[in-house]
Amino acid sequence: MINLTNLHKSYTKIKVLKGIDLFFDHEGIIAILGPNGSGKTTLIKSILGMVIPDRGDIQLNGDSVLHKWDYRNNISYMPQIASFPQNLKVEELIKMIKNLRRQETKEAELIQLFQLKPFLDKKLGILSGGTRQKVNIVLTFMFDSPFVILDEPTTGLDPVALISLKQILREEKKNGKTILITTHIMNLVEEIADQVVFLLDGNIYFNGTVNELKEQTQHDNLEHAIAEILKESYV
Amino acid sequence: MSLTHMFTSVASSLSFFIFVSSAVFAKEIKVCPNCEKASITQAIKTAQPGDTLLVGKGIYQEHDIRIDKPLTLIGQDLPLIDARGKGYGFKIYADSVALIGFKFVNVGVSYTSDFAAIYTSRIHHFRFENNRFENVFFGFLIEKSHNGIIKNNTIMGNAVKEYSSGNGIHLWHSSKIQIQDNHIEKMRDGIYFEFVKHSIIQRNKSRNNLRYGLHFMFSNDDRYENNIFEKNGAGVAVMFSKNISMRKNIFRLNWGTASYGLLLKEINDAEIIDNTFEQNTIGVNVEGSNRINYENNNFINNGWAIRFLGACYGNKLLRNNFLHNALDVSYKGMMNGNLFDKNYWSSYAGYDLDKDNIGDVPYRPVKLFSYIVNRTPETIILLRSLFVDIINFSEKVSPIFTPDNLQDFHPIMTPIKYHD
Amino acid sequence: MFKILKYSFFDLMRSRWSYVYFLFYLILGFILFFLNNDVTKAVITLLNIIIVLTPLIGTIFGVMYYYSSREFTELLLAQPLKRSTIFLGQYLGLSLSLALSLIVGLGIPFILYGIFQSSAILDFATLLLIGGYLTFIFVALAFNIALSFNDKIKGFGFSILLWLFLAVIYDGIFLLSMVFFHDYPLDKFALGATMFNPIDLSRILILLKLDISALLGYTGAVFQKFFGTSMGMILSLCILSFWVILPTFFLVKKAQIKDF
Repeated sequence: MINLTNLHKSYTKIKVLKGIDLFFDHEGIIAILGPNGSGKTTLIKSILGMVIPDRGDIQLNGDSVLHKWDYRNNISYMPQIASFPQNLKVEELIKMIKNLRRQETKEAELIQLFQLKPFLDKKLGILSGGTRQKVNIVLTFMFDSPFVILDEPTTGLDPVALISLKQILREEKKNGKTILITTHIMNLVEEIADQVVFLLDGNIYFNGTVNELKEQTQHDNLEHAIAEILKESYV
Repeated sequence: MSLTHMFTSVASSLSFFIFVSSAVFAKEIKVCPNCEKASITQAIKTAQPGDTLLVGKGIYQEHDIRIDKPLTLIGQDLPLIDARGKGYGFKIYADSVALIGFKFVNVGVSYTSDFAAIYTSRIHHFRFENNRFENVFFGFLIEKSHNGIIKNNTIMGNAVKEYSSGNGIHLWHSSKIQIQDNHIEKMRDGIYFEFVKHSIIQRNKSRNNLRYGLHFMFSNDDRYENNIFEKNGAGVAVMFSKNISMRKNIFRLNWGTASYGLLLKEINDAEIIDNTFEQNTIGVNVEGSNRINYENNNFINNGWAIRFLGACYGNKLLRNNFLHNALDVSYKGMMNGNLFDKNYWSSYAGYDLDKDNIGDVPYRPVKLFSYIVNRTPETIILLRSLFVDIINFSEKVSPIFTPDNLQDFHPIMTPIKYHD
Repeated sequence: MFKILKYSFFDLMRSRWSYVYFLFYLILGFILFFLNNDVTKAVITLLNIIIVLTPLIGTIFGVMYYYSSREFTELLLAQPLKRSTIFLGQYLGLSLSLALSLIVGLGIPFILYGIFQSSAILDFATLLLIGGYLTFIFVALAFNIALSFNDKIKGFGFSILLWLFLAVIYDGIFLLSMVFFHDYPLDKFALGATMFNPIDLSRILILLKLDISALLGYTGAVFQKFFGTSMGMILSLCILSFWVILPTFFLVKKAQIKDF
């Protein structure tokens, strides 16, 4: 259960979050959408404790997480840009994260799935962007956390890897997890999201299912539905 | 064996030997604790001029032992004269006295009289050799005496305060004295000269003295060479004197707030040649001194190598080595005919394109920082900081504060070797 | 914290720059000891290099490391770790690796040269200790600056400015004010001003070990009292430790409230 109440955040002069209230109490995949600068990443990072909100509260399973750190044992996070220490080898990085969390892991099958074996003894600095992103996925899904947060997970992935990712997401959902995703790929949203949260200028513009969004905007195509919202808001 | 030893030591001084041999009927008198004559004082009373007293091993608790006739006193196996803090050891009022091989202890400290282990007044042709001194107020106090030799003596004091300690070898109004191969430690001044002329100080070692290792006042035409002055409170001071020759001495480890290797004040026409000044706060401190030749000296690892404090005219520094001193030269005032030439400077950064071993650009021994420290001593706290390096460099490129013609126009490229 | 320290440390030890830095000191050491046989002179030359270079390298590496490992830091921030753990670990990892490059780089030629038979061993040890201190101080200062500026260029600019200020400008102002007010008693002011600059303080500490301390005492009773006793040495070391502790404390404070 994730509960955000009246979340405010501003950077110097720009107000990024203007009183967000959100409540997820079920398993499933929640897509957080919104144009650039709408506050998606800030929202996610607030939950992770990387951004400290000016006002409001964040609760995970009923406990406030502000200024705490051990709740992150229950969260797996996949950052937007996978940039790792250049001189570490892939297996060393995996070992290191495992070492830091000390939880049960299942990296072997993920490495198998994404065919990363040949890269295990390579330094991260020499890997391509896509391969690094695969490593990123392995690092995220090797832990069995009840909450998963993904920031633009598809960046740089080839179609095969993308299919594998979707497969994983469905499985994890089946396992009863709450998964938050930010993305600009509307196909992905349509395909897997159970709930869509649309952020606009630091406020929640829409919160509901994909179908509800389509109904509200009277567009069959999600991409067009989104575009419609944006057009309206800028008029 | 002791006889042959005595013979050689006596014979080695020709002038004295001639004098002794003129007393043809000289006889030997034995003195020892179990002898017929157990007291040195008594033995002297009965002795005839020219006699030799052979003093055996033992402790002689005597003081103010008066010698008023020409005598030779020879200690066998270092007899001990214990003055028990009551006064002088020997007081000598006669010419041609020799004192050889005694040990002196407990010569009393006095604030009214200068108690000394060996005191002389108005005598000629004396010879003091191979004596040892421990816990004595003054070692030698030589007044108005001439033509003497003070040789191979060891004076070990334990001076703590200047006012309650005396000097090792103290000469006053004397002349033609030779002071050789003595070892003096922990006195007030190691060797002190006041109104002493035509004398020589050679091969002595003067260390750990409270004030000066060697102290010259109003003494002209003297020479000191091959001495070692080390760890003295204020180093060596030569003041108000003329025609002093200082050669091949070593001045080292005089660290302290007011310590100098050599302090020169009002000195005229002297020569300072082949000396080594090593690790002193100030190698040579010069004030009001004229026409001094500094040649072939080594200045090594001093705070300042040489410091001119004004009123110095016609001094020449030729072919000296300046090695790794924090500041080479400190200088006040105009050039005044002083000259730096053909020295080796370890901090010289010039080049020698024509390979004649003389740098092609002149060296400026006075750094801007040295000039600043002279004006504001506290700035020394910035020694070796990057900013100081920068201002020194800029001053080197375009001098504003330091005398423009204060330069060594022929800096040597390699250290000068000598002493062999 | 030790895990982060370990990873940062080994990550850095394998980087090209660590090798360059290490090799620089190694070559410098060999040049100093084998080309001129005077250990005292070598120590003095090293003094000049260490009090200028270790702060500069500490500053540049500190800022560079912070900015280049920003994404990795974010990865760590999402893990169940305290912020102080992450930043202290990185700070100590970097400082230790730099200090190690310095100590091993200079230590090898010194040992080969036979420093253990030399009386300069204590001077040399002091020199390395001070070099280590300066590294820790300036990496901490650099981290503080980097944490304050998200803009890399600004961060670099400010940290170089800080180095320039402490290494040169401060002494310039210090010297000028002493010359200007030279009619007043200056010794206490001079001592105080030295304490406020870690580079000056380090320089004095090394000079105290060398026999030059007598030269410093030359100027007056306050200096002599301070420099002539072990009190001065202990006090200087304490203040130098403060120079490590305070920026580290602020670093942790800053990291606590920063958004990533």
